[in-house]
Amino acid sequence: MMTADASSSATATKQSPFESATTDYVTFSMGKQMFGVPVQRVQDILVPERIAPVPLAPSEVCGLINLRGRIVTVIDVRIRLGLKDQRDPASRAMGVTVESGHELYTLLVDHVGDVITLSTDSFEANPATIEGLWKDFSKGVHRLSDQLMVILDIDRLLDIRVRN
Amino acid sequence: MDDLLQEFLTEAGENLAILDVELVKFEQDPNDLAILQNIFRLVHTVKGTCGFLGLSRLEAVAHAGENVLGKFRDGELTVTPLAVTLILRCLDGIRAILGVLEQTGQEPAGDDAALIAELNALASGDAPAASQNHDAHGDEAHNDDSGPVLNEHGFPVAAELLAEVAQALAAQGIPGESLIDVQAQADNARRATESAAEEAMLAMMAAEESRPQTAAAASAVVSAPAAASNVGESKDSALAGASIRVSVDILENLMTLVSELVLTRNQLLQMVRVREDSEFKTPLQRLSHITTELQEGVMKSRMQPIGNAWSKLPRIVRDLSMELDKKVELVMQGADTELDRQLLELIKDPLTHMVRNSVDHGLEATNKDRVAAGKSEVGKITLKAYHEGGHIIISIADDGRGLNAERIRAKALSNGLVTEAELTSMSDHQLYQFIFRAGFSTAEKVTNVSGRGVGMDVVRSNIEKIGGTIDLRSAPGKGTTFTIKIPLTLAIVSALVVECAKQRFAIPQINVLELVRASRNSEARIEEINHAPVLRLRDRLLPLVSLNRLLKIEDGAATADDSRSIVIAQVGNTKFGMIVDRVFDTEEIVVKPVSSLMRNMPVYSGNTILGDGNVIMILDPHGIADSLGNAQLEETQAAEASKLQQSDSTASFLLFRAGGQEVKAIPLGLVTRIERIPAATVEHTQGRYVVQYRDHLMPLVPFHETQDWHQGDTYSVLVFTEKDRSVGLVVDAIVDIVEDRMDIALTANQPGLLGSAVIAGSATDVIDAGHFLTLGFHDWFGGVGHADAAPSDRREVLLVDDSLFFRNLMTPYLSAAGWKVTTCKDAEEALVLRETGRRFSVIVSDLEMPGLGGMGFARDVKADPRWKDTPFVALSALATQGIVEKSYDAGCDHYVAKSNREELLRTMNQAVNNAASVEVRNSPTPGPQNAALQPGAWRAA
Repeated sequence: MMTADASSSATATKQSPFESATTDYVTFSMGKQMFGVPVQRVQDILVPERIAPVPLAPSEVCGLINLRGRIVTVIDVRIRLGLKDQRDPASRAMGVTVESGHELYTLLVDHVGDVITLSTDSFEANPATIEGLWKDFSKGVHRLSDQLMVILDIDRLLDIRVRN
Repeated sequence: MDDLLQEFLTEAGENLAILDVELVKFEQDPNDLAILQNIFRLVHTVKGTCGFLGLSRLEAVAHAGENVLGKFRDGELTVTPLAVTLILRCLDGIRAILGVLEQTGQEPAGDDAALIAELNALASGDAPAASQNHDAHGDEAHNDDSGPVLNEHGFPVAAELLAEVAQALAAQGIPGESLIDVQAQADNARRATESAAEEAMLAMMAAEESRPQTAAAASAVVSAPAAASNVGESKDSALAGASIRVSVDILENLMTLVSELVLTRNQLLQMVRVREDSEFKTPLQRLSHITTELQEGVMKSRMQPIGNAWSKLPRIVRDLSMELDKKVELVMQGADTELDRQLLELIKDPLTHMVRNSVDHGLEATNKDRVAAGKSEVGKITLKAYHEGGHIIISIADDGRGLNAERIRAKALSNGLVTEAELTSMSDHQLYQFIFRAGFSTAEKVTNVSGRGVGMDVVRSNIEKIGGTIDLRSAPGKGTTFTIKIPLTLAIVSALVVECAKQRFAIPQINVLELVRASRNSEARIEEINHAPVLRLRDRLLPLVSLNRLLKIEDGAATADDSRSIVIAQVGNTKFGMIVDRVFDTEEIVVKPVSSLMRNMPVYSGNTILGDGNVIMILDPHGIADSLGNAQLEETQAAEASKLQQSDSTASFLLFRAGGQEVKAIPLGLVTRIERIPAATVEHTQGRYVVQYRDHLMPLVPFHETQDWHQGDTYSVLVFTEKDRSVGLVVDAIVDIVEDRMDIALTANQPGLLGSAVIAGSATDVIDAGHFLTLGFHDWFGGVGHADAAPSDRREVLLVDDSLFFRNLMTPYLSAAGWKVTTCKDAEEALVLRETGRRFSVIVSDLEMPGLGGMGFARDVKADPRWKDTPFVALSALATQGIVEKSYDAGCDHYVAKSNREELLRTMNQAVNNAASVEVRNSPTPGPQNAALQPGAWRAA
């Protein structure tokens, strides 16, 4: 379910890590790094097809797709995060569709993982060493048993004004 | 309460709410002119409307406020917090009066002299006075207002309510007039031409009465349309049975859904079409029908007669005519033309403004002036609306004095919009476009009605916002007509789908004028000037933009040699062509806004899903025209205008360097292309340099014989092409292209130079293209017309043209073709020759010349027996039907477009041959079937 008002949902997710309750996250990965976004924000998981490119658009905008009659902007998270290396062409990029400011976006990621439930106990604020853009886009980090999961700030990620 | 008054209150309430916000923003950033403009407009609107409603007290306050704002805008006053406070208090004063007005329908008694005095003091630069009265005034205003009708606590609440309602609605993205009437039956319902706003207003008023002074009441009305409908019912129960109220939101939503349905239907149809026999065919057809009907039905529910937007006008015109003491008759035609209600709302204000303008500026200042001009005392304003090919055309015509080109010229100059030089090359029509600029008013004095320079710019931007266009025609002494063309609806538009580099784009059909297929061999071909593509289209040069290049999607597959399609588009008065790879069909599309991530990209106006399910971008011709650089387009326009007005006295020159630092020039018209040729591709054969160019060997002529070729370098080459032969002139560097007069001051004796001219402010050598062409092909000129071989005996031509350049250009050309050439610079000089007893085989004369001119010359020639039988060939750059006919009436025998040298030669030969055979009286009558004489149709001499 989506909350109709983007700003209120943004506040909700902002607070969630600090509540003692648990939060469900959709996890995905880029390279070896694991990311998570609150499950409430996710509309759809899909493998985008027939992406229509938009000439002159910012480089992270892969193009547009038709998702059941709605036009969805496809964002390559790799480019947005400033990752240098290319995605392995053999693997098909997957899309996590989220809504932000009444608009739909599909985040193109390497691999989509499970939905996991985490409590705030394992949450920590951004380490001071985290670099420029990542600091902007990361809300904090969850310590998992085998790795760290960065919680993505979707609204900042989709705010084109945030640039390094 | 007066309908007009109710509407005014709603509008003013909204405006004030915006003003408060804007003013605070403005105070923070006093340098933001855009905000100031906006504030000024809003106050202006309030004031303007007050005047028509006879609300003198309100008008006085608003006028004083506007004065101060005007000073801010013109930079005469600096913006201080104190000044802004005063303006805000002025708004409070307005709001207080509005509050009483809303309750009683009357302006409260009293006056606002103190406030106005403060404002005026501020306007005259006497700021401290304002601060003194500051505190005293607040009370005073209240004292003034607390007349017999005032409920001290009541009216501010009412005003706030109004603002709140307006804000709440605005937040939902609905204009203030939020509820519209869905009319089941037309007859009774037509009575309800009182528009949605009034209904909404009534409902709110009623709600307020029943539950007075509670904010809850107002919000209840907003959130529950049903409540509003109940209230409405009690007021007008006869109407209630025939119509129900539906919130605009629901209709909008319905419209979106239907649009989606249409798209899905199209998709299905496409899928079934490819299959020969499908059991889906019949049910799908049925679905298709129903969808179409549903679409029409929903569209219809949003349609309203344009008369709704006109209902205020008769009153406004009447009041205005009283105020200005002019007799005015307003004629309205086509009031029942229906259009989308969304559009109706959007054009209402521009229309009102334009009608006001027509009465105030369009018509003569006094009735006497009209009589003196030989017109009826009563000025006539005609408002017309009709459908035309998926659009609605609205025209507003007056039979007044027409626009004053002189005053516009002066104003444009004093405002620094143009230079004097630019002005001289502008047509009146171009000049008139200045009235659409911000801050441009030619009214001599600032009146209550207009003349503050707020207006036509807003009108134009409002109309363009809804995908419409506005144009005007004006004839001095006859009147001015504005024509607005707007789409029927905003929801679905017709668009042309094109392809560039394998990607598809949609171009709104309203902007598309025509499609041209250009290839190397066809008449229409793409030429380049320093990589800027242009197209010759019907004797006009059209700037082109390559979409591949603009969108940076060149795939390398398509080269300039391939045949391409050009979409000719018009935006405002600028025309340009877009080069695309392919053109598909037109398709009905639902325009969807682009994602906010890409909103700063002016080349797109939206995106959409096509019938096949693909997403494509909708190109915005406005944005593309802007990105082209308006300067460039306007320049082309100016050039075009100058061509019309002054024929060949100005021309475009290509400036280049060759063999030295000094700049040389060549008329651009002679150059076909500019190429960059690497030295490695240049070959040397038989003492000449050649290069393979478009499947031919093209001789290269170095500007200086001592040209050395540095391997690895690339050279600029001017390509001259005639028929299928090309010669390249090698130069050092291309400098610029300029537009200048073609006055060749000094004639040089040096081969290769025509002479010197002052071009772009400095003396420049003008080179003689003919010289270099004959270096490339010795028979360049002679060979041109071997099909039209020169007459065996040497015949004489009299060439009359005021342009030295043209004479210099044509003389070698004609001599090479076997003619003996005598030139004259004007008709007078030629007629002197007649007196000396000279005889010529043919006379070739320019039509546009000083003095007698071409037409006069022709008349004179034909009136005198000596040269009467000499064939007379008229030359002109202006190939309009009117000119051609006029030239025949003047006695010209043939007409040839000036640029067409081959045609001229052919015509000359033919004319002489015919004249000869007429003499021996055995020739068949030359008929119109003589096709060789196109475009100058044959006339028997």
